[in-house]
Amino acid sequence: MNQKTESILLRALTLLAAALTVGTLLFLIIYILIRGIPYLKPSLFAWEYNTDNVSLMPAMINTIVMTVLSLLIAIPMGVGSAIYLVEYAKRGSKFVELIRLTTETLSGIPSIIYGLFGYLLFVIQLHFGYSILGGALTISIMILPLIMRQTEESLKAVPDLFREGSLGLGAGKLRTIFSIVLPSAVPGILAGIILAIGRIVGETAALIYTAGTVAGIPNSIMSSGRTLAIHMYVLTNEGLYTNQSYATAVVLLLVVTMINALSSMLAKKLASKA
Amino acid sequence: MITSYERTNIRVSGENPLRGSGAAAVRESIAKYVFMLLASMSIFLVILICYFLFSNGIPAILKIGVKQFLTGTVWKPKNEIFGILPMIVGSVYVTIGSILVGVPIGILTAVYLSKFCSKRIYRIINPAVELLAGIPSVVYGFFGLVVIVPIIAVLTRPFGGKGKSILTASILLGIMILPTIISCAKAAIDAVPESYYEGSLALGATHERSIFHVMVPAARSGIFAGIVLGVGRAIGETMAVIMIAGNQPRMPKGIFQGTRTMTANIVLEMGYAVGLHREALIATGVVLFIFLLCINLIFSFIKHRSESKY
Repeated sequence: MNQKTESILLRALTLLAAALTVGTLLFLIIYILIRGIPYLKPSLFAWEYNTDNVSLMPAMINTIVMTVLSLLIAIPMGVGSAIYLVEYAKRGSKFVELIRLTTETLSGIPSIIYGLFGYLLFVIQLHFGYSILGGALTISIMILPLIMRQTEESLKAVPDLFREGSLGLGAGKLRTIFSIVLPSAVPGILAGIILAIGRIVGETAALIYTAGTVAGIPNSIMSSGRTLAIHMYVLTNEGLYTNQSYATAVVLLLVVTMINALSSMLAKKLASKA
Repeated sequence: MITSYERTNIRVSGENPLRGSGAAAVRESIAKYVFMLLASMSIFLVILICYFLFSNGIPAILKIGVKQFLTGTVWKPKNEIFGILPMIVGSVYVTIGSILVGVPIGILTAVYLSKFCSKRIYRIINPAVELLAGIPSVVYGFFGLVVIVPIIAVLTRPFGGKGKSILTASILLGIMILPTIISCAKAAIDAVPESYYEGSLALGATHERSIFHVMVPAARSGIFAGIVLGVGRAIGETMAVIMIAGNQPRMPKGIFQGTRTMTANIVLEMGYAVGLHREALIATGVVLFIFLLCINLIFSFIKHRSESKY
């Protein structure tokens, strides 16, 4: 084969692969939109769920409660860990290495294992039963590495001059961190949090045996409730409500797309500032 | 290589002479320990997860018998026969399948993104890849169920295949691991020094040949790390696989047959299992967990090696 044909062939191959990747995504989105949008009726957003009208409103509310709760748990832990790693810890110490290793391990564990762990610890051992709180605790462990890593990156991106200036003016370390370093790192941290929201919204395996699949609006965080993703799984599994599954898929896709757009917007803002 | 991270530590370790003593100093040191405590949470959590999984799963494995549990080919919870070999094989099959589908497309797309495409096209494809990573697995599973399953059913009917099969699961998982492979491979290719490319051009190779014969091979450890990460994602994927793999707990006899993965086994039966059956399901989780710990270990080994290269 001469060089010219080889060049053209290789170029064509890469182009084909890229087209296949983007094409698959477009096909998936367009297919679900076309099949789902006609079924996005107002009745689908009714307050009550029953077998005649499989409203996704309760699931939506559960998803929001679940997201807020898990973020409340995970953000302090994740941001605090990142502050320790960047601002306090000595690089290369055994302790830091161990934290990195375990964080990497946590981010590599699949959601079903978290689900199993959450089931064993929260549902069984601590007698929570299937509950939103159990689900939120499980999921907050899952998103911890994500928030930690993103916060760490954005803290590292804050120029040292800021810290030196603050310390030079007589501020203590704690003050420097909270009034100088953290505020400048906010867009990056937010980008991480938004990615985490995306994971919470889309999560199923970790929640199905921790938060359970009850389809109503919960009375408290100790009652069971299904999120939107679980709602969709159950609907599809029952096989009776395929059209509503399409509609739910549309809602999920919309949420995820918005989250992605928001996150990359923030990331861009951060990049242009640096 | 000195990172900004290392430099920051010089600053961090210096005491501030202007800082007041007494209450302020106490507050500062309390804060330090609070942050330290938060940071050690991840260590604590990993230990907790290991403890709960192993303490609930290992006794069941011992009760059933290690050999019987891992190499038994029959899974009949009603008769108290627990052999998870079909599920291990099922997981391995769909994982290999997804790698065969996802890796070539992923690497070629990464090369295209990194070396061939214009800025304008890049601004379209890159967000698309990010979005692909963000789509929930139930939506993937649903898409597989309503689109891929019927297509595969028609295509494989002459071979006695049904729509829900290893092949279907492989294709869908291949799509799902694309973003992982693409972003890792792209980062690895971007990290290869430009001088490699220039050297190759100077020796008379074309642009394409320099990229495929010099740049990509130089990035291989990073690309390989991406593949290992993809393996982890594929083997741990649950909901999408349940919806399209058929879930029959028997030894698969070909890629057109259905199969059940370890992840699917847990979710399908956990809802009603009691006694030894429930413990056997947790034990399935333990086996999966050990698989994943190994994969993680391989990943961090390769990653650290590829990071220290340039």
